[in-house]
Amino acid sequence: MSWFAKLKQGLARTSDRLTSGVASVFTGRRLDAAALEELEDLLIMADLGPAAAAEVAQNLRRTKFGKDVTELEIREALAADIAKMLAPVAVPLDIAAARRPFVVLVIGVNGTGKTTTIGKLANAYKRAGKSVMIAAGDTFRAAAVEQLQIWGQRAGVPVIAKATGADAAGLAFEALEQAQQANADILLIDTAGRLHNKSNLMDELKKIIRVIKKLDPSAPHETLLILDATTGQNAHAQVKTFSEMADVTGLALTKLDGTAKGGVIVALAKAYDLPVRLVGVGEGQDDLQPFEPEAFARSLLGL
Amino acid sequence: MFESLSDRLSGAFKKLTGKGALSEGDVREAMREVRLALLEADVALPVAKSFIDRTTEKAIGAAVLRSISPGQQVVKIVHDELVAMLGGAGAGTELSLGANPPAVVLMCGLQGSGKTTTTGKLAVRLKLRERKRVLMASVDVHRPAAQQQLATLGLQAGVDTLPVVFGELAPAIARRAIDTAKRQGYDVVFIDTAGRTTIDEAMMREAEEVSRIVRPNETLLVADAMTGQDAVSVAEAFGQRLGVTGIVLTRVDGDARGGAALAMRTVTGKPIRFMGTGEKLDAIEPFHADRIAGRILGMGDIVSLVERAAETIEQEDAERLAKKLASGRMDLTDLLSQLRQMKKMGGLGGLMGMLPQIGAMKKQMAEAKIDEKLLGRQEAIILSMTPKEREKPDILKASRKRRIAAGAGVEVQDVNRLLKQFDQMSGMMKQMNKMGRKKGKKGGMPALPPGMGMPGAQSGAQPTLPPGLGAGLPRLPGMPGKGGFNPFGR
Ligand SMILES: Nc1nc2c(ncn2[C@@H]2O[C@H](COP(=O)(O)OP(=O)(O)OP(=O)(O)O)[C@@H](O)[C@H]2O)c(=O)[nH]1
Ligand SMILES: [Mg+2]
Repeated sequence: MSWFAKLKQGLARTSDRLTSGVASVFTGRRLDAAALEELEDLLIMADLGPAAAAEVAQNLRRTKFGKDVTELEIREALAADIAKMLAPVAVPLDIAAARRPFVVLVIGVNGTGKTTTIGKLANAYKRAGKSVMIAAGDTFRAAAVEQLQIWGQRAGVPVIAKATGADAAGLAFEALEQAQQANADILLIDTAGRLHNKSNLMDELKKIIRVIKKLDPSAPHETLLILDATTGQNAHAQVKTFSEMADVTGLALTKLDGTAKGGVIVALAKAYDLPVRLVGVGEGQDDLQPFEPEAFARSLLGL
Repeated sequence: MFESLSDRLSGAFKKLTGKGALSEGDVREAMREVRLALLEADVALPVAKSFIDRTTEKAIGAAVLRSISPGQQVVKIVHDELVAMLGGAGAGTELSLGANPPAVVLMCGLQGSGKTTTTGKLAVRLKLRERKRVLMASVDVHRPAAQQQLATLGLQAGVDTLPVVFGELAPAIARRAIDTAKRQGYDVVFIDTAGRTTIDEAMMREAEEVSRIVRPNETLLVADAMTGQDAVSVAEAFGQRLGVTGIVLTRVDGDARGGAALAMRTVTGKPIRFMGTGEKLDAIEPFHADRIAGRILGMGDIVSLVERAAETIEQEDAERLAKKLASGRMDLTDLLSQLRQMKKMGGLGGLMGMLPQIGAMKKQMAEAKIDEKLLGRQEAIILSMTPKEREKPDILKASRKRRIAAGAGVEVQDVNRLLKQFDQMSGMMKQMNKMGRKKGKKGGMPALPPGMGMPGAQSGAQPTLPPGLGAGLPRLPGMPGKGGFNPFGR
C-alpha cells in the first residue's frame, strides 16, 4: 500500500467525522459566522488546538465569507490553506556525505516511537546502500536494548550496546568511536524516553550531546524529536523544552496509522519552524514516509 | 504558555464589575473562556461542549449573579463540576478481584501508552499491600522484545512472569497463563496485551479473543495523560469492544494538562482508578480527581509541586539549611545549595507552571526581569569563592572581588549585587526568625535567593510547608498552608 493510501486509511475514521460534519454544514450553504464556528470545531477535533483552528477558519473567512459554497470547495480550500502553512517545514533529512559518520540523535518522551523509528530508518538507509550503525543509548528501560537489537537484525545493521544500567553518554561515545573507525556513513543513536519537565533526565541528554561533541564537534548532525500523533497540546511543551535543551533540528510524527490526526503539527510548524522529516504509519519496517504537507492536509480533510 | 482560567475570567469579568448583577449573557461570555481553557487542556470537544452547557446552567442559577467576585465564583463552579465528573463512584478505588482466584486483570490501550510498566506497578502494589501471589503474562507477540520487557520488570519487582514460549500466539499464551495461574495457585494474573490502534481490525479481534479466553475481572484501559482529542475514539473503541472496567492515566508526572482524562471517563462511563507518576515501579497512586481538575483548569497542581520538591531536595541539605536558618546564621554556601535546589526543580519555569495563580506571578516575574540564567551565574560567582570567603563574605574587598568576577566570567558589579542581595536576605532571615519564634512556628520559609525578589508579591502571610520541606523551597506567594490546597482561597 502506498503511504498515502495508508495514511488515508488511518485518517478515514476521523475524516469521516470531520467531513460528515463539513458536509452537513456546507452542502450548498452560505459561509456565515455560525458555519465558520462549526468548521473551527472540526479542526479542533483534529488536534489543531483552539488558536490554530481559529486562524485557519479566519483565513477562510477572508476569502470565502458570505459566499455560497459547496462542501467540496470548502474542503479543498481548507486543505490548501493547511498545506500552505505546512509547506515550509516539509524538509526531508539530508544525509550530507561530508559529515561522516552522519550522527542522528533520536529523542523524545516515553513511548513515542523512538526505537521503532530508528529501526525503520536503519532499514531505509541500509537499503539505499549506506553503511549504518545503531547505538543502543536507552540503557534504562527494561529490554530496550533487546528491542533495538531485533530491529538491527531485521535491517542487517550492527547495534552497539552495553548492559542495561550502563552510562548512556559513555555508550554514545564508544559507539561514535566505533562508527568512526568503521568509517560508517550513518550512526543512529537511540535514547531513553524522558519527560521534558524532568531536569535531571534532560541534563543526562545534554551530557550525551557534550560527550559526542568531543569526538566530532559538528555532531549530532541531526537531533530528531519524535512526536506521537496521539499527543494533544502538550506537544508544544515537548518541542519547546527539547529544543531549548538539545537543539532539535527535526521532527518526526509517528502513529499516523491510528485515529489520531496529529493536527498539532500545524500549530507547531507555525510556532517553531522546525522541519518535519518523517511520518510513521505503522509498526512494520517499511512504515516510514516523508512528510508531505499536501497529502497530510488533504487526508486530514478526507480528500 | 497558558493563561490560568482565573486570570482569564478576571479579565472577562473586569468589564462587568460595578454592574451589580450579571446577566445570563455575561455568564455565557465567561463560559467562552472556560471552553478555551478546556480545549487547550485537551478536553475533547464534544465533552467540553456538554460540560459547558451543564456548568452554564448551574452558574446562571447559582449565586454567581449576586456574588461579589463573579470570576472566582465561576471558577469554583467549574472546578467543582469537573471534580464531580472526573471523580464519582469508583474513582481511585483499588482493583476488584472477585471471590474466586485467580482474578484476571487485562491491560489494554494504544501503542506506547504505558501498559507494561503499569502492569508491573500494579502487580507490585498487590504483592506488597495485599500480599497477593501475582503472575504476569505478556501476550504481546508483535512488538520486539515486549515479552522480555515484562520478564525483566518481573525480576526487578520480584513478581513471577509466565515463561516465554517462542512462536506462541496471543490466544495460546493467554490460555497458558490462566492454566498456570490455576494450577500453581496464584491469586491474581495480569495479562499485558500489545498496543494497538483502534482501527486495526485484526488486532482488535485478537484482543477480543484474548478477553474471551481469560474472562477478566478487570479490564483496564491504560491511557497517556498527554493524549489529545483522539481520547474519544480510543475510549469508545476499547470501551465497546473489550468492556473496559477502569482507566489508568499514565505520565501524570509530566506537565500535560490531562484533559483527555475527562473524555476517557465520560465516554466509557468507567472510573479512573490509578495514575502513574514516574518510571519507577512504586510510582502509581489512586486517582485524585481534584488534582487533575486543577491541572485541566491551569490552576496548577500543588500536590505535584510539593511531591516534586520532596523528591528533589536532598533531605540532609534541607535540614542543614533549616538549622542554619533557625540560628539566624547563614552563609554563601547555604545560598549555593539553595540555588542548586532551585535549578534542580526544573528552574523557575518548571516550578512556576505547577503553581496556582501562576499568570499573575509570571507577569510579576517578567516585570522584575528575572532571568533563569541568573541562577547559573550566581552559582558560578559563589563557586569562584574560597570556602573562607563563602563563610565570611565580609572579607571580600576589591581585589578578591575582581578575582571572583574573572573566575565566574561576570563583572565585579554582578558580584556586588549578589553580596548586597545576600545581605538583605540575611537581614530578612533574622527578622523572619524573630517573627517565627514569636508565633511558635516550626519551619520558617526562607526568603527568595538574591535577585528573586518579587515586587508586588503579597508579604505578610507566610504559609508553612510540612517540616523538612519548607527549608529548601523559595518563598512564593500562593503557596498552600497546612490545610491543603484551596484554589479559591485568597
Ligand atoms: N501504530 C503505530 N505504532 C507505532 C509507530 N511507531 C511506533 N509504534 C509503536 O509504539 C510503541 C512504542 O514504540 P517504541 O519505538 O518502543 O517507542 P520509544 O519511544 O522507543 O519508547 P521508549 O523507549 O519506551 O520511550 C511500540 O508498540 C511501537 O510498535 C507507528 O508509526 N504506528
Ligand atoms: Mg525506545
